[in-house]
Amino acid sequence: MQEVVVLSGKGGTGKTSIVGSFAALAKSKVLVDCDVDAATLHLLLQPATREKHEFWSGQVAVINEEKCTQCGLCQEHCRFAAIKDFKVDAISCEGCGFCSRICSAEAIAMKENMAGQWFISDTRYGSLVHARLGIAQENSGKMVALVRQQARQMAEKDGADYIISDGPPGIGCPVISSLSGVNVALLVTEPTLSGIHDLERVLGVCHHFGVPALVCINKYDINEVNTRQIEKFCLGQGVEVAARIPFDNTVTKAMVEGLPVVEYSRNGVSHAIEALWELVSKSLTI
Amino acid sequence: MIISVASGKGGTGKTLVATSLALSLKDRDRVQLLDCDVEEPNDHIFLKPLITGSEAVYIPIPEINEKKCTYCGKCAEACVYHAIAVFAQHVLVFPNLCHGCGACSYLCPQKAITEVGREIGIVEWGHSDGIEFAHGKLNVGEAMPTPVIRRAKAKANRDEIVIIDVSPGTSCPVVESIKDSDFCLLVTEPTPFGLNDLILAVETVKELGVSCGVVINRAGVGDSKVEEYCLREGIPVLLTIPLDTEIAWLNSRGITLVEGMPQWKESFTELFDQIREIMNARSGCLKR
Repeated sequence: MQEVVVLSGKGGTGKTSIVGSFAALAKSKVLVDCDVDAATLHLLLQPATREKHEFWSGQVAVINEEKCTQCGLCQEHCRFAAIKDFKVDAISCEGCGFCSRICSAEAIAMKENMAGQWFISDTRYGSLVHARLGIAQENSGKMVALVRQQARQMAEKDGADYIISDGPPGIGCPVISSLSGVNVALLVTEPTLSGIHDLERVLGVCHHFGVPALVCINKYDINEVNTRQIEKFCLGQGVEVAARIPFDNTVTKAMVEGLPVVEYSRNGVSHAIEALWELVSKSLTI
Repeated sequence: MIISVASGKGGTGKTLVATSLALSLKDRDRVQLLDCDVEEPNDHIFLKPLITGSEAVYIPIPEINEKKCTYCGKCAEACVYHAIAVFAQHVLVFPNLCHGCGACSYLCPQKAITEVGREIGIVEWGHSDGIEFAHGKLNVGEAMPTPVIRRAKAKANRDEIVIIDVSPGTSCPVVESIKDSDFCLLVTEPTPFGLNDLILAVETVKELGVSCGVVINRAGVGDSKVEEYCLREGIPVLLTIPLDTEIAWLNSRGITLVEGMPQWKESFTELFDQIREIMNARSGCLKR
């Protein structure tokens, strides 16, 4: 079983539209949405929830006002400025428990924190593991690790050939968590200066963790000068440009209909994504 | 006054709005632009600021003095992040897991732990065409953006107009960037993905107690559900930018909207005036 994660650095370059199409094209796979704080893959795959679980992760400090002597030690030592006027700001609290350990009045308890929910769902393309991180919650990296682990177990049980993972934007904690140990990362970029800058950084993360990468230039015809610059950059980095996908508003129309674009229309976009999946799946079998 | 520019979904035009808003206001007010999307900062591509200063961002991590250490294990027990492991004759520190809370060094009975800085990013500042500029950059391979965001935000001067460009999503880096803002502009696009993530972003700013308004970018691309949602929820739509190949072309080359199409400047100053009106009305309510 092989795992591909679709990343981009910059948001909004088309990760989810491409993963949605891969879902329709790949034969034997489990799908996983690792963009746990702004998940959207379900909007294309129309899942029916099979299992729903709570995600408990981390702790948050709670001060018992009756016991508190207002000595101020906790406020003085909290590195996250989470305690003000002897009250804990749950959003700033990182759950380290330092305050609770040093409180001489034993007035601070650490409470388990429900950080979100995760789901196993059925779609017409196969199983989908996805999640919803609670609003303003931390621990997105742990949640990504959890949904990936669930997807892996399911893929092993079902004998699936592939895990196809829709990654989060950026280069931080959830990206690192979605990248570790995958067989290949497909980096979706766009021919804007921002897209190029962000591609360089996310490719740096792939190199840092030793994950092979492929690049896909989406909306390549928006600025072909920049597209050539990306191709040159990739050549210099020894990274293959696996596809150039033209700009086409049918991608948005398909999204409005709740369909992967390869199922919505036959055009340059769908042909390019089909060829891309062929290349990605080939790179996974080697 | 601090205005943050966020979105939930990535690629909806946060940077476009943040940079053009800053440029539109600089002739009448003192303006600061802070790019707090420290994982993928892009504002400098558009503003090409002259960088005049920088500082590395460190988080404190434990260093064990094994001469003093008795391998009692109290540090490992105290560390909820599992960043320290204590063996019979050896202590291992995992710097990438450490949040820098300081519990281990404080609680070590032998005072065998000192804290040393580990660099995780950088904050740079300078100016661009009359705008004060600063951004944070997380080092590639690092997981924790929030300490870098905190350092970048430390540059904010509330007496001026501070515009904060926020990363996409709704989790810790977004919360860290938006909190303490006076107003949050949520930039979205009229598509199902845009709406889904707008709803999450609205919940996030509500949780933080920050008032918000919406900018719809690429209007005409999808459906009308974003507008219907805003109407239903009573969230003001403060600016609409159409889907336009010229705007996309400018954006691809790192040219801000108000530089490439100066006729937009008025729309951005009006956007700011609307925000100020909302803020004034709100503080009036609070006074009453």
